[in-house]
Amino acid sequence: MELSAGTITRVNGPIVEVAGMRRLGVGELVTVGSRRLPGEVLSLASGGATVQVYEDTSGLRPGEAIAATGHPLSAELGPGLLGGVFDGMLRRLQDAGSWLEPGTLAGALDPERRWRFTPSVRAGEDVGPHRVLGTVPETDAITYRVLVPHELAGKVEMIADEGEFTVGEAIATVAGREITLAHRWPVRRPRPAAGRLRSGRPLVTGQRAVDLLFPLCHGSTAAVPGGFGTGKTLLLQQIAKWCDADVIVYVGCGERGNELAELLEDFAELEDPRSGHRLMERTVTIVNTSNMPLLAREASIYTGVTVAEHYRDMGYDAVVIADSTSRWAEALRESAARTDELPAEEGYPPELSSTLAAFYERAGRFRTLGGEEASVTILGAVSPPGGDLAEPVTAHTRRFVRTVWSLDRQLAYARHHPAISWTDSSSRDAEAVAAWEAAEGNAGWAGRRREALQLLFDAERIASVAQLTGVESLPAAERVTLISAMLLREGVLQQSALSLNDRNCAPSKQAALLALVLEVHRALLASAGQGTAIERIEALDLSDVARIRDECAPDDVDAIARLQADIQGRIGQLG
Amino acid sequence: MTAARKPDEDRGEDPVELPPQPIEYSSTTSIRGPLIVVEGVEGIGWNEVAEIRLANGEVRHGVVLDVHLDHAIVEVLEGTAGMRLDGVRTAFGGGPMSVPVTEDWLGRVCDGRGEPLDEGPPILGSRRREITGTPINPAVRIPPSEPIITGISAIDGLATLVRGQKLPIFSVGGLPHLELAAQIAVQADVAGEPFAVVFAALGVTHADAASVRQTLEARAGEREAVLFINTADDPVVERLMTPRLALTVAEHLAFECDRHVLVLLADVTNYAEALRQVSAARGEVPTRRGYPGYLYSDLASLFERAGRMRDRAGSVTLVPVLTMPAGDITHPVPDLTGYITEGQLVLAKDLHARGVYPPLDLMGSLSRLMRRGTGAHLTREDHPELSDQLYALTARALQAAELAEIVGADALPAADQRLLTFRATLEREFLSQGQEEARTLETTLDLGWQVASQLPAAELTMVSRQTLAARYRAKEGDAAHGHVR
Repeated sequence: MELSAGTITRVNGPIVEVAGMRRLGVGELVTVGSRRLPGEVLSLASGGATVQVYEDTSGLRPGEAIAATGHPLSAELGPGLLGGVFDGMLRRLQDAGSWLEPGTLAGALDPERRWRFTPSVRAGEDVGPHRVLGTVPETDAITYRVLVPHELAGKVEMIADEGEFTVGEAIATVAGREITLAHRWPVRRPRPAAGRLRSGRPLVTGQRAVDLLFPLCHGSTAAVPGGFGTGKTLLLQQIAKWCDADVIVYVGCGERGNELAELLEDFAELEDPRSGHRLMERTVTIVNTSNMPLLAREASIYTGVTVAEHYRDMGYDAVVIADSTSRWAEALRESAARTDELPAEEGYPPELSSTLAAFYERAGRFRTLGGEEASVTILGAVSPPGGDLAEPVTAHTRRFVRTVWSLDRQLAYARHHPAISWTDSSSRDAEAVAAWEAAEGNAGWAGRRREALQLLFDAERIASVAQLTGVESLPAAERVTLISAMLLREGVLQQSALSLNDRNCAPSKQAALLALVLEVHRALLASAGQGTAIERIEALDLSDVARIRDECAPDDVDAIARLQADIQGRIGQLG
Repeated sequence: MTAARKPDEDRGEDPVELPPQPIEYSSTTSIRGPLIVVEGVEGIGWNEVAEIRLANGEVRHGVVLDVHLDHAIVEVLEGTAGMRLDGVRTAFGGGPMSVPVTEDWLGRVCDGRGEPLDEGPPILGSRRREITGTPINPAVRIPPSEPIITGISAIDGLATLVRGQKLPIFSVGGLPHLELAAQIAVQADVAGEPFAVVFAALGVTHADAASVRQTLEARAGEREAVLFINTADDPVVERLMTPRLALTVAEHLAFECDRHVLVLLADVTNYAEALRQVSAARGEVPTRRGYPGYLYSDLASLFERAGRMRDRAGSVTLVPVLTMPAGDITHPVPDLTGYITEGQLVLAKDLHARGVYPPLDLMGSLSRLMRRGTGAHLTREDHPELSDQLYALTARALQAAELAEIVGADALPAADQRLLTFRATLEREFLSQGQEEARTLETTLDLGWQVASQLPAAELTMVSRQTLAARYRAKEGDAAHGHVR
């Protein structure tokens, strides 16, 4: 097809007007100027178009050329994404220069690299959409599956023998069409699946405050609202490292470069405790730091979820982590302001709420077209300006997600990390997780969760009374509640991201730690009930309960049981 | 002095001096706010610099904001006051605004556009670089992991500054934030490695500028510092340039001359107000408190220039200083800054009133990169635990103090009373120090243990048993409260 070309008539920052273009479509990708900067068509008028450019347009002049590409903004999907670092438009950053000069980035995949392909079908077979044609060992952790395109079905006319291929070489012909290892997908369009499934299996994050109190399921959605300094990024990074998903797509969207450098170093060094492989091998990192072009930031979220859907279609459970969706919304606002769209709340465009909703709807547990069960889970950070939880992005996001981990500034100030507030957080997946745990033989899970929340709420109420009356005037049982709630906070809910023993906590250790605190609570109550002076109870050194999480190995349940017996013995001696 | 290394191959050719005889355009068709429209232009690019010659021979500077066929809208940095449509001649510079990059900046005092304020010659260099900068490829960044020692206990001990970090000071009018910034600039040290300070004063008073200049004089004299001064009565558009100029010089000193560079920007609130003023003049849609929607990205385009890069010895560390209007930390400037930077140092009025200098509010302050920049081989192995413990105790002491306000200190349990004493001692003996006093890190940490050891060992739950055994200074009669196992 002859692609159209035209001329720039106006440059106003990232917004460029062009003349002489025909047959362009809205949303089509174009290349702008002599540096061939990528741009997207925003609107069309007779003979002209308005284009927003994804990179810095300094020096761009009227009269320079513009060319159509014939396709919308798309992600190049193929083997080689795992372990890679890309910008918001999925262009490879690892091999790029030290400074991101406009117009210098290349595509996502290495066109030269050869991948070992093993066919899974034979010539002459009939295949349907997303049927596996063959496999490629993309990393030691993940096998890449080459799928029949979603709209294609028919006879396999050619299938390559086992061998080495580049991403652009044909490995099969199906119903007259050549299939290569890689293909393009328009990022703003959800990839199709056969249907949605009910979710059930919890996403085990290894973080106790999440798994014990505010859990979520594979295929669910969660948001982390919190002011600056409350630890959103740290919590999401912990989940990226330790959760039990197959593939992680980490989108650093308008955030800090140093933080991402640290994360990448961790991914490269740390091992996945389940597979024994480095975390990097299951991770795709998309980075559009706050000083990189604003409009590529807007695209980065869609790029990330498209990559996750791609691995979902191969049958994997993928998790997308978007940090921060507020920076994405700002990019949306900026793009709307530059095209003179009428603003709604706080300058955001009126479509903010429907855009957010549609984004989170790309999560879910699905029956893929190929017949597998697989999921995309979306976790998004929200950075409310001034910590104002009523602002549009926070308020709308809370309506669309199933789980909210609300981070509390007071907790963060007191170095209580993760600073997940027990009063403002919620999980609509808690019942599903309780049912799943019960079916797995952990009938006590839901009861312990209820008891723990009760203890926290009671302590909150008692503490506010004590503010007025002083602790001395409280009944003994209430003073015991204050002690136990502190043990719960320090010994269970606080978790050190740096401690080798504590950073990732196995479900068995989680349960044991919570049970320990609840048992100590019961024993203290009983002792107080039998008349032990409350001062003697308060003088007990229970600091071991706060320390054991850090002092025993990530799955050492026995050490916790021994401590429990020891403490119960010491409490028994009081009375 | 390290020799400048050869120019980066991956940074595009930089535009050189203005062409010898540029075309001058005299068809100015409108003047509104800081903007003029020049017609009949040809081959002019967006964001290109311009020199505007007035009828009386005065020269002003501008940047192309919008170019439509043969119309260019130019923003005049010095403002358009006194300009007339006739007699104005505009010449374009062939590229975005740039600055010479050379080590000759060190030791100099300049205005907000880089023109000398001292007696020295103009700064020239064989190469120029665009001041807007180019983003560092995040994939070549390496995480900041070595400390800068400021000699100030509150910072070194509890909110350690790390090379490549951006750590702002949040203050309010009337507090000694400029003094603190200047003290950091004078005392900062990286264990003898090549170092430089770049101080950009943004919209400060002449008196403040003079005092900063005086404080930094000795360091400038040793060719370890450069000052850029944009005072409150300088043009606001220039205020948008000054930090970019400073950071461009800093990047060169760090990434091409292998120095650790500490950049101080004060006061960023003045910068943000200049941005708001310019944005309003451009007719842009305002968001929170009238600031433009891109305030976050604009601040990030400054602050994210801090960092470290693989295969390069130097670093850029950034300490922006800002005053919170009406002390409101939720104001867009501190709020958005906090979202970009890696922690913050918050100064508090009540501490200042109690005579504590530096009046660092521990509850609000935090250095997020401290973990990687402290500990064995970097500072001292007990440092991270000690700092966590002092923070946690201060948080509890604060709760106890709130309770004491209601029920009276005497009605508090003994444990809470001990916390109140702890807090007072911490303020008096650890936080407080002189404006010219530089403490070694050893002194700072030992002071910290001296204060922490006032409490029973059993209450120091954030410290491991080994560290307690090594560092806790048990007092007589301590067994009554607890013991080290």
